[in-house]
Amino acid sequence: MTEPLIITRDISKSYEMGGLSVQALRGVSLSIQAGEFVAVMGPSGSGKSTFMNLLGCLDTPSSGEYVLAGEKVSGMHRDALAAIRNRRIGFVFQSFNLLPRTTALENVALPLLYCGVPAEERNRRAMERLAAVGLAERQHHHPAQLSGGQQQRVAIARALVNHPVLILADEPTGALDTLTSCEVMALLQHLNRDGMTVVLVTHERDIAEFAKRIVMFRDGRVVEDQTVTQPKDAAEMAGRIRRDQEAADA
Amino acid sequence: MNIVASIRIALRALRINKLRSALTMLGIIIGVAAVITMIAVGAGAQNRIEEQIKGLGTNLIILLPGSTTSGGARMGAGSRNTLTEEDAYAIQRDIPAIQAAAPALRGAGQVVAGNNNWSTIFYGVTNEYFEARNWVVASGKMFDPADISGSAKVALLGETVVRNLFGDADPIGQVIRIRKVPMVVIGTLERKGQSMMGQDQDDVILMPISTARNRVLGRGAGKLRTVGSVSIKVRDGENMAEAEAQIRELLRQRHRLQAGQDDDFTLRNLSEILATREESSRIMGLLLAAVASVSLLVGGIGIMNIMLVSVTERTREIGLRMAVGARGRDILTQFLVEAITLALIGGFLGIVLGFAASIAVARFAGWPVELGAEPVVLAVGFAAGIGVFFGFYPARKASQLLPIEALRYE
Repeated sequence: MTEPLIITRDISKSYEMGGLSVQALRGVSLSIQAGEFVAVMGPSGSGKSTFMNLLGCLDTPSSGEYVLAGEKVSGMHRDALAAIRNRRIGFVFQSFNLLPRTTALENVALPLLYCGVPAEERNRRAMERLAAVGLAERQHHHPAQLSGGQQQRVAIARALVNHPVLILADEPTGALDTLTSCEVMALLQHLNRDGMTVVLVTHERDIAEFAKRIVMFRDGRVVEDQTVTQPKDAAEMAGRIRRDQEAADA
Repeated sequence: MNIVASIRIALRALRINKLRSALTMLGIIIGVAAVITMIAVGAGAQNRIEEQIKGLGTNLIILLPGSTTSGGARMGAGSRNTLTEEDAYAIQRDIPAIQAAAPALRGAGQVVAGNNNWSTIFYGVTNEYFEARNWVVASGKMFDPADISGSAKVALLGETVVRNLFGDADPIGQVIRIRKVPMVVIGTLERKGQSMMGQDQDDVILMPISTARNRVLGRGAGKLRTVGSVSIKVRDGENMAEAEAQIRELLRQRHRLQAGQDDDFTLRNLSEILATREESSRIMGLLLAAVASVSLLVGGIGIMNIMLVSVTERTREIGLRMAVGARGRDILTQFLVEAITLALIGGFLGIVLGFAASIAVARFAGWPVELGAEPVVLAVGFAAGIGVFFGFYPARKASQLLPIEALRYE
């Protein structure tokens, strides 16, 4: 068996909040293989978001070890972490986090700006990714001129533009309706089928069931780790919803 | 991240809040415009003063008799006239640093030509006087050596005298009477304009020194050929103080003064006037610098204030940029470039406004102004410096944000 893409060994995280020490994670050990599609679930306060932030190198663990793609990430300097985020990880956020008053194309090209890719190459690669999510003709639109689903697709294109090894999606469907949620999940499933490792945080069981594996968090610990034998097909479900809506409209 | 991308990001950010950016720049604009205008006006005034001094000759030393400091007004008193024509010739002959030493006798009186008359000043001079005092003959000719030695009744007229006696007619060859002595006009002098003290330098008549002494002033009786003043021109590049010392030594020797005895002559140097002028323009400059630095300081604080607001407002943007791989120094560069861009645009607008104001001052107030490249370079440098200085703190604050906290910022 090959080395897992993600290994966490007994990582924990505590915060100081108003003099009180809050233990957000209490020793989580987890391995994720390349090509997996993992949903991280749990009620609020369970530590799932903290775990995601650590996986995304946006935060550093208080103790424990985190190895990503063979590199021991825990303990790295913040500039080195920035480089890891830039080259290894693609982020998809609940609130999209696109730069306002900036075109879709420039938003997608943003990560390339921080690894010294020349302007022409940036635009070419961003255009490619934008086309891959079906938004080529919207390249000059600003986020405000795009629907929620389109904005999230721009965000996914941005996540992919620098060929990451891991997509981290933090409640990517939280701000979307059912149909658009299914479409976004279909896109993630499609990427996963092409070999991309996807880790998704959600509190909705419906959404988690699109993943191949579900990890449950509670009180800073993993309480359940199950493999989904028959993940739902998001594309198929989106098609069904669309047909139902059309029938209802007719 | 390269600088071009940073500048584009900065320009976009500044465009988003146009009014706010413009108001922020205002301090810099006014500061720079003030610097440019004041330097232009100051340089213009300086130039005019320098031109006037050059008209007199900066390397001019005036030698006066006695210890009096009231200039050539001793003329006619006749009691303590310690300077002679021979002193002047000796200075010219014996001191190599001297280009010309021109003795002169001064007088005033009524001049008549035909039906017109005019009260003016006349000088009895030698041809060295033209050289020492930078007089140029506009028409006609200078004195012949024979005129000088032979008390010839010839004269050259300044422009004001010509205008008052002859109007537009050609004065050359005409006869004028100075203190009833008839003289032939052999030439006119080129216009010099007003002196620094506001005197009309063209209201003057020049005649041979012997003529003035023997025929007009009537002091030919004395054995010593005394003079009212000697105008001494030092050669270009020679040290004025050294030349003055040599003149003093030569005269003390000629006048047989003992060590410890006071000089019986006075040396006056126009570079003293120049030094006074320079001192006052230096003080003026300091005042301007104070005014300019206050307004630039206020402008800089405005920039810092707005950049701090901007960093707070865009915390989520900073978080996102960090999430996709921006390092602290990328964020630092971005905000620093934004502050510098703000300051530089303000600087350029200030230069334009300053030029416009200078031209307006020149046109409507009639002051001479001098627009140069130096204040522009200075202003641009200052503006950029302010951008760096006042932009650094907010930019550094932005760069030290933690990615996760910045992303979560509400």
